[in-house]
Amino acid sequence: MDKKLIVAPSPHVHGPESTQRIMRDVLIALAPALVVSVIVYGWTTLLVTAVSVLSCVLFEYLIQKYLIKGPSTIGNLSAVVTGVLLAFNLPASIPVWIVVIGALVAIGIGKMTFGGIGKNPFNPALVGRVFLLISFPVQMTSTAFSTEKLADVCSGATPLAFVKEGLKGGTPASELMAQINYGDLLLGFKAGSFGEVAALLLLVGFAYLLIRKVITWHIPVAVLGSMAVFSGILFLINPEAYMSPLFHLLTGGAILGSVYMATDYSTSPMTTKGMLIYGAGIGVITMLIRTWGAYPEGMSFAILIMNAVACLLNKYIKPRRFGAKK
Amino acid sequence: MEEWVEVLVWTVVTLSALGALAALILYFVAQKFKVEEDPRIDEVEKMLPGANCGGCGFAGCRGLATALVQNDDISALYCSAAGAETMKKIAAYLGKVAPEKEPQVAVVRCGGTCEKRPRTNRFDGAQSCAVVASLYVGETACSYGCLGLGDCVAACTFDAIKKNPETGLVEVDADKCTACGACVKACPKGVIELRKKWPKNRGVYVSCVSHDKGAAVMKACKAGCIGCSKCVKVCPFDAIKVEGNLAYIDPAKCKLCRKCVAECPTGAIVAVNFPPAPVKPAEPKVVAPKAEAVKVEVKKEEAQKAATETKE
Amino acid sequence: MKSFPIGGVHPSENKLSREQAIEVLALPDTVTVLLSQHIGAPAVAKVAKGDKVLTGQLIAEAGGFVSSNIHSPISGTVTAVDLVVNGAGLRQPAITIKREGDEWAEGIDLSKEVVRECKLEPKEIIAKIQAAGIVGMGGATFPAHVKLSVPPGKKAEFLIINGVECEPYLTSDHRVMLERGEELLAGVTILAKALGVEKSYVGIENNKPDAIAHLQKLVASFAGIEIVPLKVQYPQGGEKQLIAAITGREVPSGALPIDVGAVVQNASTAVAVYEAVQKNKPLIERVVTVTGKSVKSPKNLLARVGTPISTLLEAAGGLPEDARKVINGGPMMGRAMVNLDAPVTKGTSGVLVMSGEEAERQPASQCIKCAKCVSACPMGLEPYLISKMSRRQMWEPLEAERIADCIECGCCMFTCPANLPLLDYIRLGKAKVMGIMRARAAAQKK
Repeated sequence: MDKKLIVAPSPHVHGPESTQRIMRDVLIALAPALVVSVIVYGWTTLLVTAVSVLSCVLFEYLIQKYLIKGPSTIGNLSAVVTGVLLAFNLPASIPVWIVVIGALVAIGIGKMTFGGIGKNPFNPALVGRVFLLISFPVQMTSTAFSTEKLADVCSGATPLAFVKEGLKGGTPASELMAQINYGDLLLGFKAGSFGEVAALLLLVGFAYLLIRKVITWHIPVAVLGSMAVFSGILFLINPEAYMSPLFHLLTGGAILGSVYMATDYSTSPMTTKGMLIYGAGIGVITMLIRTWGAYPEGMSFAILIMNAVACLLNKYIKPRRFGAKK
Repeated sequence: MEEWVEVLVWTVVTLSALGALAALILYFVAQKFKVEEDPRIDEVEKMLPGANCGGCGFAGCRGLATALVQNDDISALYCSAAGAETMKKIAAYLGKVAPEKEPQVAVVRCGGTCEKRPRTNRFDGAQSCAVVASLYVGETACSYGCLGLGDCVAACTFDAIKKNPETGLVEVDADKCTACGACVKACPKGVIELRKKWPKNRGVYVSCVSHDKGAAVMKACKAGCIGCSKCVKVCPFDAIKVEGNLAYIDPAKCKLCRKCVAECPTGAIVAVNFPPAPVKPAEPKVVAPKAEAVKVEVKKEEAQKAATETKE
Repeated sequence: MKSFPIGGVHPSENKLSREQAIEVLALPDTVTVLLSQHIGAPAVAKVAKGDKVLTGQLIAEAGGFVSSNIHSPISGTVTAVDLVVNGAGLRQPAITIKREGDEWAEGIDLSKEVVRECKLEPKEIIAKIQAAGIVGMGGATFPAHVKLSVPPGKKAEFLIINGVECEPYLTSDHRVMLERGEELLAGVTILAKALGVEKSYVGIENNKPDAIAHLQKLVASFAGIEIVPLKVQYPQGGEKQLIAAITGREVPSGALPIDVGAVVQNASTAVAVYEAVQKNKPLIERVVTVTGKSVKSPKNLLARVGTPISTLLEAAGGLPEDARKVINGGPMMGRAMVNLDAPVTKGTSGVLVMSGEEAERQPASQCIKCAKCVSACPMGLEPYLISKMSRRQMWEPLEAERIADCIECGCCMFTCPANLPLLDYIRLGKAKVMGIMRARAAAQKK
């Protein structure tokens, strides 16, 4: 054995953290929500997730090997996370070939074009989702359920789309609200992309990520807080024309987006102040789209728009320096 | 039918109007912020290599081009990457006297290969010579020689310097080297020197920069200059000086006779790119006993070194 | 629990030798006394080969105000005044002395009795400290008398004694506080008198409850000293961090502790000050922790300056077979050694041996922009950014990003999930930028 002494500059110890550990924690945090999705939408969710993950990993491996010609990066599990998040942004009934296209766009265009992990300015999973949403609107918005009973309970359209149509048609918000069961929203008995469903379990995952210090509270709280404030003001102005803040927080991708997508490391700001501004921006843009935009849900677009601002926030928002006047 | 015609007309009209407006704005902005610049700068810049290596002292080729155009006396301005031919062309274009400079080439003055200079430890930090140099002696016991992590390789814009994994040292491709000096600046140990470029890339130089005393040098490296001054005595052109235990061959005085090469007991003086046949064998009577004596010394040092190693 | 305001990490403490009482190391046969074992100008040798010297005799004189006297750690004959190879493998001037017995120079009081009262004037105290060659013993080795000489126009308000010892593994200050508490507090009183301050604090990290309790009991009989337990968080013992934790005042960028009225001295330094002022004993020995997971018997050794590190390792059961890295100091800021025969200096607080995987860095991957380094930085810098800028040699933006504030604590690298060598490059950039800043300041003076 090589018995020579090793020399390196200090520090000589390293913490337990590694990229792989972080990504594994994100996967663990997403696992309970996946289980609920299977219960609600059936085994097809697992199939979609598996296809999405496998194709993301495969594309990253191939691109890294043959185009970038660098050492393989799939070991850090980031492609797996992208795959799961992409799957969570798809309805369970989506054809498998569309999932593969989504994975190719997410990894190929969203991530590897810029050099891979840490260098992509836009959240890869969302790039994939938005691409699919624009290219395959029909497949992306229809929903299938695991049992007929559930299909009876939940309406075919997502709650946000249902409400948006209703409001457009002149139905008062209170009447629409009466048809919505908050308990169902919390537990996931509703239509939508399957990762959007189980608000409660996504929040459990959030708690896990906080405990493991994978993310800080700043971005999710800023996103949800600004959404609550925005919708709260509208609700106070005219409760007949606008839905309540709670409805907005529990529907669509609010929790999935704010906790798992907006906090994506490479596409979010590095300072806590920047994170708060970024999160608030996402919340406001989401509400603008939900209230006045053409789409019922605006979380994906809001995150992508603020992704573009993140590098500016990094440039101009500096952390509190030690010794600076308070 | 009428409807789509209307749509078409309006689309064309609006887009054209927008285009015209944009053109107008661009025109006024361009007029307002116009910078008067000598068109010759562009021409000169085109003639320069465009590597932006910084060897001329300017941040990039345009800086040099501007200076070449604006200064009357351009004798101090020189692009070694472009070479004498191009400089003449530029001078002719500008109607000025061409600056002249002897062609040079970067030379790595360290012969401490893995074999000659054993590694005593393993560096596990950031792969940068500058990091090593600011931290400690390096992977060998010599605190002067090439650290082998290639800061110079990274600095070279001409792909002229490469690390040889077998020797652990960097090597200059004299044909590609433009003597821009980027590697000289990048080397924290000052191992690289720009020396006169002889025909066929030949050269004779002391491949060592250690100022340590002879015993310390030999302890660390078998190819180092021990400052014995034998080369000084043998040099017919007075080109060699020993200062601080280190011999230096003045490239201005050296005539490549290679007498010193044969005389050097450690092989620290090297002759590169000469045909393999040796010149005249040095007079054996004088040299042999000296060389032997040195060899004995080397052996002693080796024994000592081995002893210290086992201790460690 | 008090702590510094931003950042920090919590490495495994690994205080293996915390229960080991200080052991006096047998006197070495030869010592190698480096002429530069403090910050500032090297000392100038006052002895020559063949001279006989006594223990505690001045052998090298300070080479300026910011420099330090050096005394012979043993009695014997000077065998060389020449270059020796130091721990980093570089050649450095040193005095080598061969031991003959242990005869102390005149005037040094070797009795154990603690003398609390000090009748000297502040100036006399500082002069004595300067003469005794006392430097900061926490590792930075800044000459103590320089910190105590408050420049005109500035006023010291507090004396802070650094008993934090936030470096993992190290326990030398811990043992000194436990075993030499009374001398330490007497030293604090002397330092406070020299500075003319009313209030002194001794900051101790909360992982040393025995030391806190012990000093708290003793402090009742001393006036104006407060023991402050601090949260276990690295780098609690950083000078600026400690001041902020205890007084709430933050030393501004580019300023010195005295600008917020604070003077910080290490706990062991306080004991050395006591010995110098009350016992006329110069700084020739110190407690060194010899430790590591593979070390047979981790110890706290009272060793003479100039003792080879290898001798200390022998005393702790020898260098382990599988040793791969030997560090002079702690694991966060210590320096890896190549020459184990290098001597103990005034700043050697510990010798740490690492074996196997522990000794090696994990391979670096890509930055994932997780911002963990930003939240870990106790100075509020952005390590990922200044590291990248240093690599790209962007000196001007680096200055604006306040790279000069970096205290090189290593938190950023400790926490980096991608194992990037952030600090390796930041150090280079900092050295370069500080050079530029100094050159500019010098030019402005002219």
